[in-house]
Amino acid sequence: MKPADDIIITTRDVTKVYQLGAEQVHALRGISLEVRRGEYLSILGPSGSGKSTFFNMVGGLDRPSAGSVSVDGCNLQELNQKQLAWIRCHKMGYIFQSFNLIQTMTAVENVALPRIFAGESPAKARAAAAEILDLVGLGHRLTHLPAQVSGGQQQRIAIARALVNRPGIILADEPTGNLDLHTGEEIIQLLADMKKQLGITVITATHDMKMLSASDTVVWIKDGRADRVARKGEFEVAIGTIDGKTLA
Amino acid sequence: MNAAQTMSNAVIPEQRQVSWAVSFQVSWAGIRRRFFRSLITMSGVVLAIAFLTYMQVMNDVVRALVRADDAVLNVLLQQAGVDIYAGDAPDRMMVLLIVLSLLACLVGIINSMLMSVTERIKEIGTLKCLGALDGFIVRSYFIESSVQGVAGTVLGCVIGLAVAIGVATTNYHGYIAANLPVFSILRSLTTSLTTGTLLSVMAAILPAYIAARKQPVDAMRVEE
Repeated sequence: MKPADDIIITTRDVTKVYQLGAEQVHALRGISLEVRRGEYLSILGPSGSGKSTFFNMVGGLDRPSAGSVSVDGCNLQELNQKQLAWIRCHKMGYIFQSFNLIQTMTAVENVALPRIFAGESPAKARAAAAEILDLVGLGHRLTHLPAQVSGGQQQRIAIARALVNRPGIILADEPTGNLDLHTGEEIIQLLADMKKQLGITVITATHDMKMLSASDTVVWIKDGRADRVARKGEFEVAIGTIDGKTLA
Repeated sequence: MNAAQTMSNAVIPEQRQVSWAVSFQVSWAGIRRRFFRSLITMSGVVLAIAFLTYMQVMNDVVRALVRADDAVLNVLLQQAGVDIYAGDAPDRMMVLLIVLSLLACLVGIINSMLMSVTERIKEIGTLKCLGALDGFIVRSYFIESSVQGVAGTVLGCVIGLAVAIGVATTNYHGYIAANLPVFSILRSLTTSLTTGTLLSVMAAILPAYIAARKQPVDAMRVEE
């Protein structure tokens, strides 16, 4: 049994139903899960399995139809919009497949945004952003626009932006999905290094085999349910398959 | 701040709104770097305000010249199609034209800003993921629309004034310098500036409201 303060995220019977005209679509059918502090958790599942919907629930980006999601013991459903915004700003960092950088802002301006929203002055926020950009190896690209750097460097900027408020949790949606093999490996290594250095919890929705091998826990989502949860050592990753199953 | 400590049983604070000054600083980067895109939105304001300014200034100049009551000048005025016995009552057709041009301008700005909201759904969703409140999104659209509106209005006033003075000088030669109604022209420019600014702010209300209602989850859904 894990001690309660070791658990950073708890989901209880999370259900999501979308109303599409007269039809009801059950995207999630009751997922219960516990994520340990400092864990590297990967969510795996084919398209339409409910993987992204579950990821959005855990990240406080969407509300479940029934059930609950708790972060550090706080039930996200009981929070108002401003409290949810505080959680998103201070407790979570988001990394997206297509980087989602603001194209009209330089690297340092992009990374400074979460600190500005946290109430810091733009000058101080930019100084903190420059420090973290240096940490991810982009100290020489501070004033470049996203369009002026490579895909891998854009994802590094996005990682710096996710880390700048020192959140407890990083949520990464297919962070290597738009990157080549080598750059993807670098990003996975960077995330693993940041997890180790800063003690953060990393949750990814992914298809990337390399990412799975870095994971402490893998959750398979199928038809809106957690089909299987496996800890490190309980699953084997081989090229193209996990435990003999081909990746969808 | 390190927010990794447990929050069990703690009250979660509400995210605070950033100030107008900071909102302006953040929005300014976008306005500056989207300058050419902004020119398209601005062009509607420029043309409408230039037309308004031109009509008003020409009206001011013609009235001043009629009041001068000079025989040669009266001939020049009549040659230009001015009814010198019409008095100071506003020309209804002119008022109708101005109102229509301003309405077209209003619809143009709303349309451009709504397109901008659609183009930037992902950006709005991302900002909300980073902790932006609805108020910040509303402010940034308001600031962007107002800056474009004020810049377009000033440019429109300059163009309208220059064209009006140019046309008046061509039609009435040296009589303009002697009878230039400076006070009336300044009053007309103030009217144009106020109208253009108010129009731009009004046009920003709907797009800003729609932008603020976008949810953070939209950042994940939209494909580039």
